[in-house]
Amino acid sequence: MLSDKDRIFLNLYGLHDPMLKGARSRGAWDGTKAILDRGRDAIVEEVKGSGLRGRGGAGFPTGLKWSFMPKEIGERPHYLVVNADESEPGTCKDREIMRHDPHLLIEGCLIASFAMGAHTAYIYIRGEFIREREALQAAVDECYEARLIGKNNVHGWDFDIVIAHGAGAYICGEETALLESLEGKKGMPRLKPPFPANMGLYGCPTTVNNVESIAVAPEILRRGGDWFAGLGKPNNTGTKLFCVSGHVNAPCTVEEEMGIPLRELIDKHCGGVRGGWDNLLAVIPGGSSVPCLPAHLCDDLPMDFDSLRDLKSGLGTAAVIVMDKSTDIVRAIARIAYFYKHESCGQCTPCREGTGWMWRVLERMARGEAEKREIDMLLEVTYQVEGHTICALGDAAAWPIQGLIRHFRPEIERRIDDYAAAQKTGGAIMQAAE
Amino acid sequence: MAVRRLAETQPESFAFSPENHAWAEREIAKFPEGRQASAVIALLWRAQEQEGWITKPAIEQVAEMLSMPTIRVLEVATFYTMFHLEPVGTKAHVQVCGTTPCMLRGAGDIIDVCRRRIHAEPHHRSADEAFSWEEVECLGACVNAPMVQVFKDTYEDLTPESFEAVLDAFDRGETPTPGPQNGRHHSVPINGLTSLTEIDYSDGAAAPVTEPMSAPAPARSEPAPAEPSVAEAPRATEGPTQSDATAVAEAEPELLTAAPDEGADDLKRISGVGPKLEGLLNSMGIYTFAQVAAWTPENIAWVDDRLKFKGRIDRDDWLGQARKFAAEKSGR
Repeated sequence: MLSDKDRIFLNLYGLHDPMLKGARSRGAWDGTKAILDRGRDAIVEEVKGSGLRGRGGAGFPTGLKWSFMPKEIGERPHYLVVNADESEPGTCKDREIMRHDPHLLIEGCLIASFAMGAHTAYIYIRGEFIREREALQAAVDECYEARLIGKNNVHGWDFDIVIAHGAGAYICGEETALLESLEGKKGMPRLKPPFPANMGLYGCPTTVNNVESIAVAPEILRRGGDWFAGLGKPNNTGTKLFCVSGHVNAPCTVEEEMGIPLRELIDKHCGGVRGGWDNLLAVIPGGSSVPCLPAHLCDDLPMDFDSLRDLKSGLGTAAVIVMDKSTDIVRAIARIAYFYKHESCGQCTPCREGTGWMWRVLERMARGEAEKREIDMLLEVTYQVEGHTICALGDAAAWPIQGLIRHFRPEIERRIDDYAAAQKTGGAIMQAAE
Repeated sequence: MAVRRLAETQPESFAFSPENHAWAEREIAKFPEGRQASAVIALLWRAQEQEGWITKPAIEQVAEMLSMPTIRVLEVATFYTMFHLEPVGTKAHVQVCGTTPCMLRGAGDIIDVCRRRIHAEPHHRSADEAFSWEEVECLGACVNAPMVQVFKDTYEDLTPESFEAVLDAFDRGETPTPGPQNGRHHSVPINGLTSLTEIDYSDGAAAPVTEPMSAPAPARSEPAPAEPSVAEAPRATEGPTQSDATAVAEAEPELLTAAPDEGADDLKRISGVGPKLEGLLNSMGIYTFAQVAAWTPENIAWVDDRLKFKGRIDRDDWLGQARKFAAEKSGR
């Protein structure tokens, strides 16, 4: 178990003062100038060395991403864009950072912007997080007042933060859709290439990072990349905010070491699975878009990118959705399918048409009102959607269904049999009576 | 995708109030020259806050202010689902999260309350036009499920009863206290903290928030946990030897100068010991389960102090685990 001295988010729960005075007492803004004095390359190297992988779901190495920005600042300004459009079902970690530890994020913005030659950072918050936006704005205002950021600030790097917001569109969590939204358009993802590091916001070099990736950067630079790399496992280093929701006795958000066994995470922090560990049916380990895993794979399951990938699932945003044996698993996944149908931006045909089709079939399967050959047909359609769209929403809609069929095909078949049997006996009688 | 169209009946005109107009000017100025379109969501949002919903004249007004074609603003207004294209309840528009994490914890019951108390269908106002509701997708408070959002605030950890109490308060014209409705503090585990208990916050300016962690709301509360709550757990299991660390005499346990010839044990098997901690233990001269299993309370205090662990050894029952592993090893 991670010890408190290795935790980064010391005010995760908002039990202490989130503002500048409190944040400083917890170590924020300590030696920031000295960090910047190390220079761009040293900062990027240190973050690379820490092994930090992006916390927004894909797990792309953060330091490497920063290094993609042009070395020299040309005519076009560089931008940092922070993706605070936290909407992946199951995920509620960035919310805690923004309302309870906003200064870690702001300090991270300054350092990351400096490391990539940006003088402006945009933080794009989902529209629903109104109080979180207010809390973050208050912290930003404080920093301007204390001249920690702004023109001629104490750190010697002119730097502005602009907080923008969305208005209810999951797709804006996709980095290029976010940039579109930030430019005042519908959030429809762009074709890549060109990648944002060359043509991002307003056509300028831009890096988009998740809130958590940015917020842990100052502490990594203060304590050294080796400290962070010493936590967790090789290639899956450091600490991570886990959000455990669903059928546990005490759902919570908690910072833990990467690679913590799922069972330890649930038993230590979440009061165990409702009805005991043996009552576990399945978990979705990384937010709604990753395939679910049945209980028999969960006994000894390390929560990190590579281990979960090997099981054909993923760590995603480390949002663990726990389902006990009372769960109607087909209906639970059908609800996720509805989510993707609702959130598809409509740009690519396979996703626009496919998400609705897949949801309708799953709804029928939840009732058993289907034929067994349709299971394979559904699976086939998920493979037709996956990889055939501009952005990853199509993949995200396909994976949970693939996971369901992979692990719970007998359950779907049982329902189809039950329904067919009821049609033969009870169904026919009811029709006659009518 | 959802099909969203403007309401059939539209007001004649729209104008920002002087304060909102000044605010809008400041908002536009935040973005670079020629990029004022970036402010479109913010302006539409402010228009909605002023009027309660997005009207066609408001769309036209915003387009003019931002020098955008009207169709572009219309696109934005119909694409983003938080923009209400029809009037909503005056006292409360309830957005119920119905996505899987909330669904698993009873969002369906919350929706039933909405159907019964407000209107059988979403996006319709109650008879007195004071309330309306809709099912929305994940609102990002999954560890506090089920939850709803009303205007700016979220009401979390709901039961049908506590949700009705929230609605009652809105009906009386009050704004109920936002956040968890079961006495929990934000996303802290309901039984108490399981982390961040060993940090010394005292040199900070802020006294800890003294908000008590009261018991869950009486109605339909979860059955009491069988085990002592986590906050009390250390005390309960530490026993007299650990209740006051300074009172326990420390004694150095048996230490080895190097790993034994037959090889060191994999101390990571002890739940609570990671690679880092194992390295630390090794550096102190602790290599085998047998060593750990033989610790006395005084030894534990000694190790505890050097690891700055304050009770973890007992809480995670290292001794019990080590005894088991040591027995396994000797039995092999």
